[in-house]
Amino acid sequence: MIGNRIASRGSLSVANLSQTRQFVLTAAVTAIGSLLFSENNRLASKMEEGELHNKFNERRSNVVDKPLFTRPQPNYPGHIPLYTYEKLLMFVGSSIGSFFHPERNEFIVALGESSAISPILRALQRKMLADPTGRQILRERPRMTSTSLDLEYLRQLPTNSIGNTYVRWLDREGVSPDTRVPVRYIDDEELAYIYQRYRECHDFYHAVTGLPIIIEGEISVKVFEFMNIGMPMSGLGALFAPLRLKKSQKERLYNIYYPWAVKSGLNSKPLINVYWENILEQDIDEFRKEMGIETPPDLRNLRKAYFEKLKKEKKIV
Amino acid sequence: MSLLTKSAIRSSSGYGCRIGVRPLVQQLRFNSSTNPNNSNETTHFGFKTVNKEDKEKLVGGVFSSVASKYDVMNDAMSMGVHRLWKSHFINRLDAGMRPGSNRGLDFLDVAGGTGDIAFGLLDHAERKFNDTSSTMTVADINADMLREGEKRFQSTRWNDGSDRVKFLVQNGEILDQIPDNSKDVYTIAFGIRNFTDVQAGLNAAYRVLRPGGIFACLEFSQVDNPAIDYIYQAYSFSLLPLMGQLIADDRDSYQYLVESIRKFPKQEEFKSMIEKAGFYVPEKGYENLTFGVAAIHIGVKL
Repeated sequence: MIGNRIASRGSLSVANLSQTRQFVLTAAVTAIGSLLFSENNRLASKMEEGELHNKFNERRSNVVDKPLFTRPQPNYPGHIPLYTYEKLLMFVGSSIGSFFHPERNEFIVALGESSAISPILRALQRKMLADPTGRQILRERPRMTSTSLDLEYLRQLPTNSIGNTYVRWLDREGVSPDTRVPVRYIDDEELAYIYQRYRECHDFYHAVTGLPIIIEGEISVKVFEFMNIGMPMSGLGALFAPLRLKKSQKERLYNIYYPWAVKSGLNSKPLINVYWENILEQDIDEFRKEMGIETPPDLRNLRKAYFEKLKKEKKIV
Repeated sequence: MSLLTKSAIRSSSGYGCRIGVRPLVQQLRFNSSTNPNNSNETTHFGFKTVNKEDKEKLVGGVFSSVASKYDVMNDAMSMGVHRLWKSHFINRLDAGMRPGSNRGLDFLDVAGGTGDIAFGLLDHAERKFNDTSSTMTVADINADMLREGEKRFQSTRWNDGSDRVKFLVQNGEILDQIPDNSKDVYTIAFGIRNFTDVQAGLNAAYRVLRPGGIFACLEFSQVDNPAIDYIYQAYSFSLLPLMGQLIADDRDSYQYLVESIRKFPKQEEFKSMIEKAGFYVPEKGYENLTFGVAAIHIGVKL
């Protein structure tokens, strides 16, 4: 009975207790809170933080000095780490620009670097690492500067050597081996070097195949490079660049140079693994046979013959 | 002392462009290390820190390289809004010899290289007030920009042999060929940001103006609204250098441009600098354009 009374009182008092506990907790929180967070305490902590007296100046200068747009740290000197959307925009802008103005170097440079995505460069890196000369190139990191290739020395080499062919090609085209634009937008340091090496060897590919720097010659070298090395920019060039050419140029390209480039590019050994600086004295025909490169018909002579034929036809007609 | 890298000056492209740049960098290094009077005072060049004496040359390099594509790039970068800013600037100044006055005004446009503000002012004066006697002096520290202005001048209607318009190569902080108290209107549009010593430029402006003369400055400034500021900064740091790279083949100059905008004092601070030079600044002294992307500051010499 007492238990019942207790139980009954208990049930009531449990409810009472929980209500009391609620009330007590709430009251305690309010009381302690009002002690801790009183106006004086709040102002005191603000004064400690320095927000009270210098409120206007401090806040303003903090807001302005911190830039809202930051880039990650560069990985090598001259590196500009771009975000993905920026690389995309650069790709779109430079592909439109290089289609309409392939002679402007900045478009080709931007297109090349924005399209040379990591998977492709890594595949190239593996190709280089699988070959002893490729490994040597990656270890020594040779760069072609205006001083590293001594043109006078190359002119004195025997006519059939690689160095002499190169220098004669330079003279015939009227260009100098000025340094190529440094790579800036490729993030990994070694991949950036591989791309820089690819860019600097471009003239050697011209010299070994004998193709001139006119647009048809450049397109042909690009197809050759694409089939051999696999850079997307050269593939894009091969696809889209001929669309702007005249009919006679297109005919020549599609009938003679594209088949040559595809066959030669696929059948020859990887050009990226050639250490050009060390083989300048080597005989060029031996080199071509070793690599499996065929030379295409001379483009300048073909064009000359074509224009002479036109002139004759006009004279006759 | 920080080293100047080649990226501080534009990177070159193609054949043979590098030759002019490398000697300049080497020469600067040589001078700063052997000059005994090197005060080692540094200032900012965008986000980089450079010697004070080198900043002028670096800025000169930037503007020499952007001179030829200057207006195309301005249109592309601001999507044409800079024209609205400049015409509002000219309309607000409303400068011109009023009918009934006895002498024309003497305008001075500093850092006005390509001449768009200068010709706009003359045009406004002639159209609104029939003012054909005010003179205009266009001063710019960079001879290449000034040459662009002179080229453009050849085809305007003020090239009538009347000697109303003069082009001078002047340092805006000194203005040595301009006598004291000789100008009525001093304008500087998007130029004062590049001065090594902005206060000196303001002091020179005070010196050359006649009492009653007006100092008017149109310059990039800070955006107050944080949301718009975020969009603005993302745009200026990612898209503007990309446009510079693709349209003008010069990413570094445009990177310098956006960094120097960040470094320029805020509206209130610049207003105080103008007051420090001695100008009377009427409340509130500046007008924000496009949420504070640009601002017009006015001062009057009493």
